[in-house]
Amino acid sequence: MAASDSEPRLRERPLSPHLQIYRWQAQMASSILHRATGVILAIGALAFVYGLMALAGGAQRWSAFADCLGSPLGRVLMAGFSWALAYHLINGIRHLLQDGGLGFSIPDFVRNSWISIIGSVVLAALGWGVVLSHWGQA
Amino acid sequence: MNGRGKEMQAPLKRARGLGSAKDGTGHFIWQRVTAIATGLSGLWLLGMLLTLRSADYAVVHALVADPVNAAVLVAFLLGMFWHARLGLQVIVEDYVHTPLTAALAQLAILFVCALAAIAGVLAVLRIALGS
Repeated sequence: MAASDSEPRLRERPLSPHLQIYRWQAQMASSILHRATGVILAIGALAFVYGLMALAGGAQRWSAFADCLGSPLGRVLMAGFSWALAYHLINGIRHLLQDGGLGFSIPDFVRNSWISIIGSVVLAALGWGVVLSHWGQA
Repeated sequence: MNGRGKEMQAPLKRARGLGSAKDGTGHFIWQRVTAIATGLSGLWLLGMLLTLRSADYAVVHALVADPVNAAVLVAFLLGMFWHARLGLQVIVEDYVHTPLTAALAQLAILFVCALAAIAGVLAVLRIALGS
């Protein structure tokens, strides 16, 4: 028993199970995504303000900003931002309804988690469908 | 027996200021109020963006300069950056455990959100009132 003499004897203490212990579930994903999309939107909001300042700064600065948005990277970022916006909007409404005590039974909770996740993709795609269908037509 | 008869403080007084945030229901309520404000004004702005047919300077400038749109934009900027600050604040409270780093992060979040809101409102005013 030489090892136990040199090392202090530690009692195994119970730990609360951390994220990787749990099987992934829709309820978990919808909660984590709400925070993640919130951070994405906060960063995007800075770009939104930058766009307003470019618009206030005159035609030249605005066209430089519009060119950035229209670039391949700008389009990818806008697509991602619009999905984050759709998700945070739908899931935010879900949270407000839950604050009112609605939809708290386990089957409801799982179902409306999926509504947020799938609905956000559908809503973002619909929005882009509307914009792109009449874009460039005077 | 916990000596309740001798207790001069109400239970609420003892509970106040405890917890990681030192503050509770005020934050909760303002988060919801600003969420509703951001949602309503944001939906208006989304409708505005969905009608857009080009990113032409004159078109976008006129859209933002419209008195109703400009007013909704200002309301949106104030409510949204307030909401963003409240949300980011909670994330720092939950995940940053070093007091100094947490305090610096909270200050940075507050200042960036406030500055962005001021910059956005000023830009809208310049557009709406004509430089």
